[in-house]
Amino acid sequence: MRQTNPAAPLAAALLLVWCASALAQKSTADGIAEYREMLQDGNPAELFEMKGEELWKQKRGPRNASLERCDLGKGPGVVKGAFVELPRYFADTNKVQDLESRLLTCMQAQQGLDAAKIAATPFGKDEQKNMEGLVAWVSSQSKGMKLALPQGHAKEKQMYEVGKRMFYLRGGPHDFACASCHGADDKRIRLQDLPNLTKAKGAAEGFGSWPAYRVSSGELWSMQRRLNDCFRQQRFPYPGYASDVTVALGVFMGVNGQGGMSTAPAIKR
Amino acid sequence: MADPMRIRAQAAGDKTTVRVLMAHEMETGLRKDAEGKVIPAWFIQEVTASLNGKPIFTADWGPAVSKNPFLQFVVKGAKAGDKLSVSWKDNRGETRTDEATVS
Repeated sequence: MRQTNPAAPLAAALLLVWCASALAQKSTADGIAEYREMLQDGNPAELFEMKGEELWKQKRGPRNASLERCDLGKGPGVVKGAFVELPRYFADTNKVQDLESRLLTCMQAQQGLDAAKIAATPFGKDEQKNMEGLVAWVSSQSKGMKLALPQGHAKEKQMYEVGKRMFYLRGGPHDFACASCHGADDKRIRLQDLPNLTKAKGAAEGFGSWPAYRVSSGELWSMQRRLNDCFRQQRFPYPGYASDVTVALGVFMGVNGQGGMSTAPAIKR
Repeated sequence: MADPMRIRAQAAGDKTTVRVLMAHEMETGLRKDAEGKVIPAWFIQEVTASLNGKPIFTADWGPAVSKNPFLQFVVKGAKAGDKLSVSWKDNRGETRTDEATVS
């Protein structure tokens, strides 16, 4: 670093890069918590939010329309507070939908984009890249609000039960269920503490912090991508993007975490 | 065209804290892709900041800085309403400049 103008004295510039040695003396969890706190101020998820807001307002697709009339559950175009009430039942599709499956509906209905094609696109490519920005921006508009998933409709209750079954379903070469790792307190994978998704605190921490920016890969992960990777870790077949089973798991986690705070888009190691 | 930066500059007393988030791949040149080919180095080499057009800060960066880097520094004597601009230049010669108003 050199200063071009000594008359304006500057404090040392702070470059936040992973610094393992400074964390060696503390417990790993403390270290990771401190690291997250440091990064909170400069969460690169904000870069995705900026892109997402632009994409929301931009006229795109064969119909040359924006997403500004998209109904995320609180009426056409209402984004603020919508994220903490998802997944929920939508009468027009007669389905319980999470943010991403709802965005697919809007992209197809309003912009004329091919939802099935987007769902089949690998994460981080083409239209899925745009999805990263959109989920970052929409979730940011509910940051700090309390999870309040509606459970009034019969289908919403049914999805909770489906999610619960899926959560406890053991299978695959490891005979794993979601519950194997996320069904008790103080479990971890390597150095990562895992939230207990069956309890209010853990479910709110876990469910309420995605989408998130992952520093290790420099990517923004949506809830769909998070779940997809959980399935991979269980050696389960990959779930379809925005499929019912992923939405059901969202309902199960979100309702368990009811009343907890949404911190998305958060930052992860 | 590179994506925009996010710049915040907040004055408190005579000190102004500047926070900058830059959108950049920051490839080190040491990684390989799925086919085993080296991904060419691509990183920000020079960062400069100026206050009302007057340069106040220069930094030489290298490939050790993370993807989508965050930079924070404190500047003395800036007032609310002042124009703060930040520029970067990478090893491909690409540049990006963004401006923010001190609040």
